Amino acid sequence: MSAPNASGWKPGTPVEGHNAMSGPDTATGNRALMLEEPLLFEIGHIETTGVDFDFAGKLDLAGVEQPQPPSPAPSSRLGGFERTEPIGLPGLSEPETVRHYTRLSRQNYAIDLGLFPLGSCTMKHNPRLNEKIARMPGFADVHPLQPVDTVRGALEVINELAFWLIHLTGMHGVAMSPKAGAHGELCGILCIRAALEARGDAREVILVPESAHGTNPATAAFAGYKVEDIPATPEGRVDLEALKARLGPDVAGVMITNPNTCGLFERDMKAISDAVHEAGGFVYCDGANFNAIVGKVRPGDLGVDAMHINLHKTFSTPHGGGGPGSGPVVLSEALSPFGPLPYTARTGDGVVHLVEEEDAESFAKEHFGGPLQHFGRMTAFHGQMGMFTRALSYILSHGADGLKQVAEDAVLNANYVLRSLDGVLDAPFGPSGPCMHEALFSDKGFADGLSTLDLAKALIDEGYHPMTMYFPLVVHGAMLVEPTETESKAALDQFIVALRSVAERAKAGDESLRTAPHYAPRRRLDETLAARRPMLAWNDPDLA
Amino acid sequence: MARYFTDEHEWIDVEGDTATVGITDYAQGQLGDIVFVELPDAGTAIDKAKDAAVVESVKAASDVYAPISGEVIETNSSLEADPALVNTSPEQDGWFFKMTIGDSSQLEGLMDEAAYKSFCDGL
Amino acid sequence: MRYLPLTDSDRSAMLDVIGAPDIDALFLDVPEEARISGPIEGLPMHASEMAVEKHMRRLSKKNLAAADAAFFLGAGAYKHHIPASVDHIIQRGEFLTAYTPYQPEIAQGTLQMLFEFQTQVARLYGCAVANASMYDGSTACWEAVAMASRIARGKKRKVVLSGALHPHYAEVVRTMAKFTDDEIAGAPPSLTAKPDDEGLIARIDEDTSCVVVQYPDILGRLPDIAKIAEAAHERGALLIAVNTEPVALGAVKSPGELGADIVVGEGQSIGVGLQFGGPYLGLFAVRDEKHVRMMPGRLCGETVDAEGKRGFVLTLSTREQHIRREKATSNICTNSGLCALAFNVHMTLLGEKGLRRLAMENHRLACLAADRLAKVPGVKVLNDAFFNEFTLLLDGDARAIVRKLTKQNILAGVSLGRLFPGNDGLTNGLLVAVTETTTEEDVETLAAALEEVLA
Repeated sequence: MSAPNASGWKPGTPVEGHNAMSGPDTATGNRALMLEEPLLFEIGHIETTGVDFDFAGKLDLAGVEQPQPPSPAPSSRLGGFERTEPIGLPGLSEPETVRHYTRLSRQNYAIDLGLFPLGSCTMKHNPRLNEKIARMPGFADVHPLQPVDTVRGALEVINELAFWLIHLTGMHGVAMSPKAGAHGELCGILCIRAALEARGDAREVILVPESAHGTNPATAAFAGYKVEDIPATPEGRVDLEALKARLGPDVAGVMITNPNTCGLFERDMKAISDAVHEAGGFVYCDGANFNAIVGKVRPGDLGVDAMHINLHKTFSTPHGGGGPGSGPVVLSEALSPFGPLPYTARTGDGVVHLVEEEDAESFAKEHFGGPLQHFGRMTAFHGQMGMFTRALSYILSHGADGLKQVAEDAVLNANYVLRSLDGVLDAPFGPSGPCMHEALFSDKGFADGLSTLDLAKALIDEGYHPMTMYFPLVVHGAMLVEPTETESKAALDQFIVALRSVAERAKAGDESLRTAPHYAPRRRLDETLAARRPMLAWNDPDLA
Repeated sequence: MARYFTDEHEWIDVEGDTATVGITDYAQGQLGDIVFVELPDAGTAIDKAKDAAVVESVKAASDVYAPISGEVIETNSSLEADPALVNTSPEQDGWFFKMTIGDSSQLEGLMDEAAYKSFCDGL
Repeated sequence: MRYLPLTDSDRSAMLDVIGAPDIDALFLDVPEEARISGPIEGLPMHASEMAVEKHMRRLSKKNLAAADAAFFLGAGAYKHHIPASVDHIIQRGEFLTAYTPYQPEIAQGTLQMLFEFQTQVARLYGCAVANASMYDGSTACWEAVAMASRIARGKKRKVVLSGALHPHYAEVVRTMAKFTDDEIAGAPPSLTAKPDDEGLIARIDEDTSCVVVQYPDILGRLPDIAKIAEAAHERGALLIAVNTEPVALGAVKSPGELGADIVVGEGQSIGVGLQFGGPYLGLFAVRDEKHVRMMPGRLCGETVDAEGKRGFVLTLSTREQHIRREKATSNICTNSGLCALAFNVHMTLLGEKGLRRLAMENHRLACLAADRLAKVPGVKVLNDAFFNEFTLLLDGDARAIVRKLTKQNILAGVSLGRLFPGNDGLTNGLLVAVTETTTEEDVETLAAALEEVLA
């Protein structure tokens, strides 16, 4: 079998520990401000609704019963498909709804509550100005298929953001429609495939380093490519010589994350690009970590052909508990003609145009002097407009000078954490020099039986969201810490105290780590049970 | 009956023309709690050292390779309801599938129990 | 800079701890010739909150907001009223600024919400299991096709698309299929009062992995899902039903109930808002639990904690890219979490009673509007049946008419010419959507304007 469990990650098996929140049990199960909240399906009712309808009948039609919900029967034109069975959707009144979700919200950790050092995820402050602007009626209340004359401002937002992205990356074009980072990766790889096919060059392999995000190999496979590993050097970077040796006429391209997932800049990026280009391939850069270098170096200057930008990472759009993201892809001159539809473009007269299937050919001929070879369409409509307005607000707030400071402070904060834990936590690549925006540690030196998971759960008790665990896969028991630039020195100092304490407990073999967290809304959850007997929807016990 | 082991942590029992395949106690220990086993359909031809099954814990999925080439005859249907058998009885009740022996010479390179034990000790 | 807490003295104190002479010492790995010392040229410098707001407001004002017009657009994105408490809840920092719930002990809020959301979607779609959301309806549609292909283990490669599938959705499927060797069989829609179910059925053969049909379809009609499902199943194919207007399912039978195997769609109507096309909310569900391990995307499941208390976790993750890498069921990582929350909250406020009332009100108003517009000389209603959207056939080029009417602040609908460019037979078609937000005045305004322009 393949290497069983290379990362060493096993789910925590719940261990009965003493109840550290000592005190008498309560009748409700609540503990003061820590409030238990039942499921909607346990408290709601199908006869309850929190929405009133105005059936006053502004449209007056005989035969429609009012003011009760009019029965479909007499006038229905539903073709005989009227719903006859109940759906099973309980409702709540407005006060109950607000309370239900407010109580749930309090069981979440969030950036607004504290430092959220999740490596590779870039949990930075989400400015509220962005939220305000995204809600302006001219952005929030506009339909994607309105006649273009009624949405010129929206198209200008897209185009203005595109302008910034192109200039910040030193690239030639940008595809704005991808819905998230992984969707952007797919877009970039499809551009590469389309470019190769356009020159009649069928290639089969995409090379991906082992330290890459899982989306990279998944994307390449989804686009029909075989995936092969690129070996790494002992200091955590791409092995240039091994890569060169593997390049050949079957290699369509490489996917390199830079800065990489070990938190290191790929020094040889330009040489890698040159070698790949010489072998007839293309260079995809996973831009998940662009926030570390924005304003400091332009990927276009390093020979990159395509790179997605996670607007929620570098440009502060909210993570929202798991999306929505947005993943525009900047493209080199060689790949730009192959980007997907639709796109926006400003013409000499200053007007921003929306180019879709019908006019792609003619528009390109007229304004770009050649036919487009776009590979198709990745999504309905125009991409994540709600994220574009937020990202643009953030970019305009920072400006060219502020964005450079963003990268510098992000890198400074990460290095401050890295060096402050010298001698406390093992940093596999720490001795070789500074890191970029994230510091990578390992579980080396922990007492037997204690793992990265235990340390992470103990950090929860200290009031922190844990760092990214067990990623990248190339380091056993990996812990990837990314403080981001929006943390103050005081916040970092307190975090370092907490991390130092739990690390020392892990090294000393403090058994109480095994039952952490003790103070969270839940103790360790039984993930094995969840996977062995999946319960993925609520089943009413009385229906069972 | 003879039992062989691969360096990929599969075991294979040979009895007459058929063989039974599973993963070793060492492997299940590395994986932790097994939550799902994906088995090949009976009748599938499998090739030595190629993917034959997938064994999953909560945070890892590992391919199980065919120790030798042949055709799958039968799979262990109890793993569907109770994948934990791979943890509790990896080398007996937690077997994965039975197969024909396409080429018995492929057995020659495999380890016996003692050799596998010292192989694991060296890991 | 207001978003950056470090002061210059902090920075130098920290550099001292690190042992670096200056900040550039931390960027030593970036080749010097590529390193930029000052701000990138040609770009503006930082700006105050007031200045940014002013700039963005100016751009916003160049757009005609739906609320400021007589508004009849649909075609996959619908204008519905969103209760104020929805936006309040999704702006709570604990939801807005949380990450994917990878640490379940401190993410039960998001996880329980996802579990409720999955249950709501599954029930609405008549399915056993729904996932925690996809990017949007169009990408969910492609993922469903890819999943059907996985279930067929690559032995069947033909995908039969209904001609009345949203053309953007069809285009996404066609685009992706070019790279996966699936063969796409499609046909342009025909302007008939009823969908051509028989024609669709005739295209299903033994090599078909799945059939994709929209319900209600792009022209607002209602295909016979049960009949198509039966025909598909007879030939060993799966039926994928696509729904772009979830409110409709408060009035009509769910696709799962009618036999669809995979039900996907756009959830934007419930809680999300128009937002010029995104972010939206992809819904994805399977009728039969046996297909769960083939599904893309995140799944939230119920379990217990060490004290035996109920809790929720992300589960069956071995399907996903972060574990399975190139063998994952999809490359999707981020879902549409905050939009799922908006959907969940809005659906909770509605409840079954509210959803059914909302659906009835949409249908009632649409019936009234269709009858009123049919009285305009030169206007004919195509549909026999519809929910809240129907197709008008105009004596004239619908697209030109739509453009003309915008000058009177009427957004008359989506012309079929815009949706299906190059299809000459469809140019007089106009897709009109009517929701609870549509008023009598809006309908009268549209009727009068059409009367004038068609005269």
